[in-house]
Amino acid sequence: MNAGTQTHAVDLARSSVRELNATLHALKEGSNASLWRVANPGGLHAIAAGLDAPVTVEVDGPVGYYCGGMNKQATILIRGSAGVGVAENMMSGLVQVEGDASQAAGATAHGGALIIGGNAAARCGISMKGIDIVVKGSVGHMSAFMAQAGTLTVFGDAGEALGDSIYEARLYVRGSVTSLGADCIEKEMRDEHKAQLFERFKLAGVDGEIDPSEFKRYGSARQLYHFHVDNASAY
Amino acid sequence: MNEHIKPPAAPRTLPRESATFDAYTMSEIRRAAATGIYDIRGAGAKRKVPHFDDLLFLGASMSRYPLEGYRERCGTDVVLGTRFAKKPIHLKIPITIAGMSFGSLSGPAKEALGRGATAMGTSTTTGDGGMTQEERGHSQTLVYQYLPSRYGMNPDDIRKADAIEVVVGQGAKPGGGGMLLGQKISPRVAKMRTLPEGIDQRSACRHPDWTGPDDLEIKIEELREITDWEKPIYVKVGAARPYYDTALSVKAGADVIVVDGMQGGTAATQEVFIENVGIPTLAAVRQAVKALQDLGMHRKVQLIVSGGIRNGADVAKALALGADAVAIGTAALVALGDNDPQWESEYEALGTRAGAYDDWHEGRDPAGITTQDPELMKRLDPVRAGRRLANYLAVMTLEAQTIARACGKSHVHNLEPEDLVALTIEAAAMAQVPLAGTNWVPGQDGRF
Repeated sequence: MNAGTQTHAVDLARSSVRELNATLHALKEGSNASLWRVANPGGLHAIAAGLDAPVTVEVDGPVGYYCGGMNKQATILIRGSAGVGVAENMMSGLVQVEGDASQAAGATAHGGALIIGGNAAARCGISMKGIDIVVKGSVGHMSAFMAQAGTLTVFGDAGEALGDSIYEARLYVRGSVTSLGADCIEKEMRDEHKAQLFERFKLAGVDGEIDPSEFKRYGSARQLYHFHVDNASAY
Repeated sequence: MNEHIKPPAAPRTLPRESATFDAYTMSEIRRAAATGIYDIRGAGAKRKVPHFDDLLFLGASMSRYPLEGYRERCGTDVVLGTRFAKKPIHLKIPITIAGMSFGSLSGPAKEALGRGATAMGTSTTTGDGGMTQEERGHSQTLVYQYLPSRYGMNPDDIRKADAIEVVVGQGAKPGGGGMLLGQKISPRVAKMRTLPEGIDQRSACRHPDWTGPDDLEIKIEELREITDWEKPIYVKVGAARPYYDTALSVKAGADVIVVDGMQGGTAATQEVFIENVGIPTLAAVRQAVKALQDLGMHRKVQLIVSGGIRNGADVAKALALGADAVAIGTAALVALGDNDPQWESEYEALGTRAGAYDDWHEGRDPAGITTQDPELMKRLDPVRAGRRLANYLAVMTLEAQTIARACGKSHVHNLEPEDLVALTIEAAAMAQVPLAGTNWVPGQDGRF
């Protein structure tokens, strides 16, 4: 935020999510940089969904489902935990959760970055299409299910069936993986991957604190890309 | 006795094929044994099921008077999305074009659908592959499907759409996901779907970030927030438990509900799925209407019925049973030129014939519609094909008006179950109208 940043305060105990979103949607690219402080989110749904302007929204507390859904350009900081589908289908921008995230964090998102300070529940990064997700804790089962593109970086552990039916997304996990899903395998960690991982550390503000070589890389074996009778048990 | 004369041969029975193991069934067993993989095909259920053909209109008589054809007005317009949306959709005819993906269909085919629908003042629908310029540019009213895969899904396109259709299921495969085989994952299709070129692509059957009606309510709220409550939101279900699915869609906040019967088409699904899962369109309509009536939401939440709609009589019957509009898919493709006898020799080369071709997933469509092959695509002129679709929609509309006038109705929406009787007990039970010549509705009190 520079000196020209205007700060606005919205109290969701007194105004509605609809009023907040309508105001934020009215901001277009080229409008003055602005900071929006949102108080008393109280687990309400769809807070700051559908933004398309380079603004910053700081939410002071826990949010419900789909906070930052389909975000473009905006930076959304959640000073609490997030419900189902935080930053779902995000196109660009940054969504940061200080606490834990529920299921389907970053689902189907095409771009931007999602940083989760705590743990993420099941299906983190499901059907992701280009987003970079960094989870400082652990992720639940079926994370990166059918993940198409982008990266999922997990500082902790991953639950069952990581990367089931994965396409071309890259998964980096530092801790243990309970089990890999169909067609997901451990892959060699080459220098290009370490460099990519380092970039993710920078996104999460932890570059220099963690060694990329502590991580393992997982991706698609590409054995299910074409139907074959011998793979029938995997379908 | 003359020992040189042979005794007559014992009479033999004629060769007799099994009704259970008929020729088609045996060919499928041989195919399965040879390949080890289930049969995949396009289109909807091909088995004979009770349908709108099993209903008849009573027409005007001593107690009712008809309207003059061509002179007295019979309205056909419909407004969709009046419950919550700030900008409901106004259509001139109650026949819409169902969701069909770019990927399963060629770009020119999508353009032709847009041209034909727009000429008649109705809507088209995207599919499991995102929104193309061909379709948006040529469709005055475009419904954007929100599918489990979310291929190509983005907020810019969602805002360009005139309505959003959350797809829970489709009639050809309630409970099933999508499929697009490698031959059709061209560079353009692959880019739109963020997939490697040429792979066999399977779409998920469940949405990635919601499960069940309580979640759907929150998802719909999010979509409304993203689009500032402007767009009508449809929920599409495959006909399986239409009473409860309709009621739960109302509860979740739908503006419009689309119920698709088992005759509704698919681009590519397992044959066993198409023919054995889901219920006929006829069996679904009254259940869906009853759910709306029980909730006091009939005509407030609009109902679109699809699956095997072929002519104006089908349209009129669906509306008489309580639908607000219908959607057509397979019939629209036939109007464009799908399965046309002019390509007979090429269909034969593919091991089939015009009228039976359903290997839409293979991308070798001689008519250039269900393909991504650049040479085959050129066979479809989107302007002429769009004209054919407009003509066909016009005929269906005129036919529905003809029937409505004969029943004395000044708007096709004034048709009602009272105008109908059934030819079979099955149809009478499903549609809850009397068996013709009786006042008996199976399941209701009454006598022959």
